[in-house]
Amino acid sequence: MNRILAMAGKEFLHILRDRRSLAVALLMPLTMVLLYGAVIDMELRDLRVGVLDLDGGDRSRELLRAMTSSGFIVEAERLDGREAIEAGFRQGRLQAALVVPRGYGEDLARGGARVQVLVDGADASTAATVANYLQAVVALVNRDLLREAGLAAPFDVRTRVWFNPELVSARFVVPGLVALVLMMICALLTSIAITREKEAGTLEQILTTPVTPAQVIVGKVLPYVALGALDCAMVLLAGKWVFGVPMAGSWWLLAAYCLLFIVIALSLGLLISARSPSLRVAMMAALMVTMLPTMILSGFVFPIASMPGPLQVVCRLLPATHFLVVLRGIMLKGQAWFPVQTAALVVMAAVLLTLAIRSFRLRLE
Amino acid sequence: MNAADGMSGAAIRVEGLRKSYGGRAAVRGLDLAVAPGRICGLIGPDGAGKTTTMRIVCGLLRPDAGVARVLGRDSAREPRAVRERLGYMPQRFSLYPDLTVAENLRFFADLFGVPASERVRREAELMEFSRLGPFRQRRAGQLSGGMKQKLALSCTLIHTPEVLVLDEPTTGVDPVSRREFWRILRELAGRGLALLVSTPYMDEAGLCDEVVLMHEGRAIARGTPDEVAATFPRRLLEVRGAGLPAALTILTTSPLPGVKVHRYGDRLHVVHDDAAQADEVARLLANAGVELHPVAPGIEDAFVELMAAPAGGEATP
Repeated sequence: MNRILAMAGKEFLHILRDRRSLAVALLMPLTMVLLYGAVIDMELRDLRVGVLDLDGGDRSRELLRAMTSSGFIVEAERLDGREAIEAGFRQGRLQAALVVPRGYGEDLARGGARVQVLVDGADASTAATVANYLQAVVALVNRDLLREAGLAAPFDVRTRVWFNPELVSARFVVPGLVALVLMMICALLTSIAITREKEAGTLEQILTTPVTPAQVIVGKVLPYVALGALDCAMVLLAGKWVFGVPMAGSWWLLAAYCLLFIVIALSLGLLISARSPSLRVAMMAALMVTMLPTMILSGFVFPIASMPGPLQVVCRLLPATHFLVVLRGIMLKGQAWFPVQTAALVVMAAVLLTLAIRSFRLRLE
Repeated sequence: MNAADGMSGAAIRVEGLRKSYGGRAAVRGLDLAVAPGRICGLIGPDGAGKTTTMRIVCGLLRPDAGVARVLGRDSAREPRAVRERLGYMPQRFSLYPDLTVAENLRFFADLFGVPASERVRREAELMEFSRLGPFRQRRAGQLSGGMKQKLALSCTLIHTPEVLVLDEPTTGVDPVSRREFWRILRELAGRGLALLVSTPYMDEAGLCDEVVLMHEGRAIARGTPDEVAATFPRRLLEVRGAGLPAALTILTTSPLPGVKVHRYGDRLHVVHDDAAQADEVARLLANAGVELHPVAPGIEDAFVELMAAPAGGEATP
């Protein structure tokens, strides 16, 4: 025990003395929360739509008013001909255009009016959103017109979003950041710390003392567990205070799953350091094996359901994927029962830890 | 267990040691014994098997065959028991540059399980001994080469070992610090420690009580430095002076039968067998601007001669 504490104390000094890494370890998670929370906003506002009103009557003005009153769309320009639409798209001034044909008012009175929506498809996700907004506007105007005529629409769809009613992206992103930060601190920093010691020859020096390999590993890893937990708390609290990310479930349960995930991340870090011949290889491996998949394939930002089949299988093999389901469940829904995810995480932790210990023993003897 | 060892009187005993890495033999059958209070030097070029031998003695490597015992215990079977009574200093400076002198010492004291009260006493003693006292709060990375080596030595002495294994402790250290380091080693031997020290420097070989010359994993000679030097069977002329390069050119372009020339820094050693050859050399170099003296052979001469001899035999005086 004393030897473990000696290792941990020494490692702690390394962390404190290395100001730059310490700053990265403490500031990066906070920066990520603030950036991701603010930047990955899933909704688009102030979309620039050009209007070509060839009708110019009261009815068309009503339609345009309905469009801009939503708050999502601004009438960027009043166009004077079809050529102006293409010019607007090419110069990037417009994201979409609405064409109200001549005789729209009369057609409307007869029933059977048409408007045209043109969308700049160069930015596919924005294009889809603009088209959706404009269709929604037209649907709303339709409903009002029917009501005016004393008719009711045959049916009406009302959507209600649970657990994240305003679809605030921070609520969605913060749990993902917890996974990312834990991977970074526990896997990346640990593998770097151990590989550095191997490279410097200090590991050889340590091993000539009566300390056991297990004591070396546990002592070395402990400060990073603490650092990971601290960062984790920082991300969660920043999410709560700055973006109002809720905590519907139990903090204790959350902490328990975080700990399980930390074990997985640490085992990965150990495995990487045991197999890497040099510091540079260890860093690259840690980035490739832990950070990238966690960012891209875990459902952190990109939905897994929209990925091609084989890639979905890969996603299911990632610890972060299951961890994220659990985190979002606890934080947003107050869920407490995750049989599939728990089984997956426990199995992964057991396998990785066994592999890590085995490969480390081999290297030391 | 210690009784048997007490009879033989050796603190380190290596018998029939063999070790190879993936088919390449590093040590091929080595015997070695170091008694308490003695400094044994492992001398040899890089790749002679010195480091491998030392790592096996410390229990860091398992031998393929043979056994290494420290104070009667098998290093391969009881590495932890051995390490409690042994201090090992690897070839590279392996302390933490970002920790201070005191923190490095403290860390190793904790790893060796030195009790707090004893640690304080021991630390003060080592600081005094190594004259590192004024630098206690300095980061190890900011020490000079000589001070780093003394700190590394202090860390290996913190648990009061009875056996010290030092792998090229003075490589890359300035001559003054080297001399001081050897003064410390001599003092440790005086206190009854058994020291196994490797060095590529032949002048340091002369400071050992006994030397083992290693070449390609074998001992090619052993004994006291004088005994080893005495195995040199031929005569020597030392050549010094401003005209050294010219002299070297003359001797290599018109080689005399049976005469060999070795360059050692600022002098040449001309190996020959009789007075006639010496006269011939003197005649050739008459106008080269150098002085010639007959000298007694040193370990280095013996070593160079032995390395050139067909491998396999061991010269034991």
